[in-house]
Amino acid sequence: MTALAAENISIAFGGVRALDGVSFEAASGKVFSIIGPNGAGKTTLFNVISGLSIPDDGRVWLGGEDVTVLAPERLARRGLSRTFQNLQIFSHLTTLENVMVGRHRHESTGLAADLLHFPTVSRQNRMTRQAALNALGRIGLGAMAQRPAGNLAYGDLKRLEIARALATEPTVLLLDEPAAGCNPTETKNIETMIREIAGDGITVVLVEHDMRLVMNVSDRIHVLANGHTLAEGDAAEIRTNPAVIQAYLGTRNAGAEAARAFG
Amino acid sequence: MQHHRLFPLIPLVAIIVVLPLLFPSAYYFRVAALVFIFAIAALGLNLLMGFAGQVSLGHAGFMGVGAYAVAIGPSQLGIAPLFSFVLGAAFSALLAFVVGRPILRLRGHYLAVATLGFGVLLTIVFTNEAKWTGGPDGMAVQQLAVINWTLRRVSTWYWVLAVSFLVSAVIALNLIDSPTGRALRAIHDSERAARVLGVDVAQKKLAVFVISAVYASVAGSFFALVNGYVTPDVSGFLRSIELVAMVVLGGMGSIIGSLIGSAVLVILPQALTIFHDYEHAILGLTLMAVMIFLRRGIVPSLSAALSGSHK
Repeated sequence: MTALAAENISIAFGGVRALDGVSFEAASGKVFSIIGPNGAGKTTLFNVISGLSIPDDGRVWLGGEDVTVLAPERLARRGLSRTFQNLQIFSHLTTLENVMVGRHRHESTGLAADLLHFPTVSRQNRMTRQAALNALGRIGLGAMAQRPAGNLAYGDLKRLEIARALATEPTVLLLDEPAAGCNPTETKNIETMIREIAGDGITVVLVEHDMRLVMNVSDRIHVLANGHTLAEGDAAEIRTNPAVIQAYLGTRNAGAEAARAFG
Repeated sequence: MQHHRLFPLIPLVAIIVVLPLLFPSAYYFRVAALVFIFAIAALGLNLLMGFAGQVSLGHAGFMGVGAYAVAIGPSQLGIAPLFSFVLGAAFSALLAFVVGRPILRLRGHYLAVATLGFGVLLTIVFTNEAKWTGGPDGMAVQQLAVINWTLRRVSTWYWVLAVSFLVSAVIALNLIDSPTGRALRAIHDSERAARVLGVDVAQKKLAVFVISAVYASVAGSFFALVNGYVTPDVSGFLRSIELVAMVVLGGMGSIIGSLIGSAVLVILPQALTIFHDYEHAILGLTLMAVMIFLRRGIVPSLSAALSGSHK
């Protein structure tokens, strides 16, 4: 079954076609990766899917429903959440509170109740806190719960952002370069995390530069170059696809990347 | 060990009860009353600025709405003072709701200028609609009467305003420790992240803007009632800046900070009158010195220093 589909997505910024007729279907409970050299349009595609940008043309389908023009908060309530390439941590909140905000769509107290602190608010706070504590425990950050999130180590912040998105209980989770800037141990942790998330039946859509990680976890890989679809297939097919190798070797900076990925 | 959310108010209640015993004259009650009034307005603005991270340079405009409501209601429309007070708050909420929708889409400096314009606009209305407001000279305000009892003595006002401030503080602390409060604080740090987690950012911003407008309106009504008259200055640009200064000086995001910020900016000018011509220069230098040495505001900086010295 298809959890998330993009159909013919096109978007231009000031005359530059960032995406041109991109389509894909991500199967339910699988890891679907989007790769490509810098400037290929991966993050733009993510912004379109998550509602931060509206495409000039094309449609986005979530669980069979057209969600092309829905705002991010509406998508979140329908079960799509994401992380960001450059961390978007609530740094003035504690680690625990960050995850508690992730529970927002499951919280049901009204504004009047919040202002007057009705008993429902205490109950809601307890439930949210417990759910968030459990989520932190699962990623091994339980001991950091009361620390200001801004004080956490970089690798922990990367995992915290994933845990926070998971707290929304999504059906589809978009991960934008979760291993960027991580050391090999941290990357290994992220890899384990992605496997567990998909194991729980959540569809993972991954944008990542670390090809080893992509090749290890992906069920299917979609390759973008200059806003176009270059290829799609499983890891073995992509690794041997001449057009893909050409695209990576063709850009000056990506040479090492391609060598590491395909060598 | 986590303290109860209302814990910070306990020492405050003690101070409020003891303070009148030390007051040598009615003048002191009056100054304290003004401190509470501006603390209520600053507290509301702090919810908007310190917690949700949205600036307003026109918040005194809502003080003006509250002030003129208790002035115009009883004298020109025959509405009871207490009811005028409530109507003023309701009108401020409505005004904030209507104005907030388009304005809160703006960010940072753009939001600052738009709210500034809103405050200036209201001051012009209060100045020009002389038939209703008495124009630049202002108008008298009837005393607050509940059934047959009239609130006259400044020491009574002290207690009424102290309790009003405490109620305002409890509501603010309630909000902070709630789903809405967490969402607001998240918006302060990253709107995009809040949105992808399902927080309706526009709706939350509007809600806190309306709440802070009601706080300002209530403060404005009290201000007019205690003074017994009102002029357009109540909603002026300088007044708005003063409210922002109280929030920042006391500490963004600190409830007690809003009270301290209000106390400093109400009491200091009074205390500095002994310096005659140099009064304003010393006030300005003091504010600069506080911000340079206590850069997170008085309460957060001092409490960080205190908890640091315990470790």
